Amino acid sequence: MQKKVTMQLTTVSSELETRLLKEEIALIDRICTGEKHLFYDLISPYERSVYLVAYSILQNHADTAEVIQQAFLKAFCDLTNFRKESKFRTWLIQIAINEAKLKLRKERKASYESIDEQEQANDGKVFPKDFADWREIPSESLERTELRQALQKAIASLEPIYREVFVLRDVEELSISETARMLGISEASVKTRLLRARLQMRDALAPGFDGAWRTGGNVWKKTRPW
Amino acid sequence: MIIIEISCVEVWQEISNYLDGDTAPDMQRRMEEHFKNCEHCKAILDGTRNVIHLVGDERAFELPQTLSKSLKIWLDGKLGN
Repeated sequence: MQKKVTMQLTTVSSELETRLLKEEIALIDRICTGEKHLFYDLISPYERSVYLVAYSILQNHADTAEVIQQAFLKAFCDLTNFRKESKFRTWLIQIAINEAKLKLRKERKASYESIDEQEQANDGKVFPKDFADWREIPSESLERTELRQALQKAIASLEPIYREVFVLRDVEELSISETARMLGISEASVKTRLLRARLQMRDALAPGFDGAWRTGGNVWKKTRPW
Repeated sequence: MIIIEISCVEVWQEISNYLDGDTAPDMQRRMEEHFKNCEHCKAILDGTRNVIHLVGDERAFELPQTLSKSLKIWLDGKLGN
């Protein structure tokens, strides 16, 4: 019964996605034939994704706002070159990544280009730092500012090459192959970086999002004020 | 069926792929068996899964409040709308 319901939901979701893609392509065609005022309608569903991906690279709100403006303008100028067999969302994110990295290179020169060496130095086995039990935090807790801040701080603590993979894969939920293509690295590198990023995220958030660890049985001890 | 034991270190190297459902069937069985008996690795698995679940939630990250409005105004200006 449950399997049947799941299959029906998958079919509905797939039909909806196909319909939205058709609508999006129709919108792109109209913009390309002169209806420029529709461009914001086309990009607004992806504003969040583009912002978060650019921010993951730049780690600065003012720079990110500037870069996404340039990315959207570039997307508008290149819209006639968009290949409709690919996803518009990933195309936009790719432009944002390129623009963000370009800005970083201009401003920080060589520092961002030595990332391959950085990864080599960290190559090898990955070890978690903390083994304590973790009480599951429900999604509703995201309403709490403290939790959102803790997540942002944890992501900011990742080294850039791990952060960009983590954001594309786990925040934006792109596939391994899409993430690899976006960053111009192999799928194996994506998996290696993702492993390190995920374990570091867990370590960074220890001891638990709400600071509670199991002390035995069903007893939890609070170790953080929030 | 005999399931060959696997060490914690081996589990940690595969835990991300396991969460993505991207491990070979034999490795998956060995890891499942390991999680039944190793509370440390189970804690790492649960915590990591929880992190992934939370960061994928739209509420996890807020955008600057004026972003959409200022972007639209900027684009309208650039595109001559």
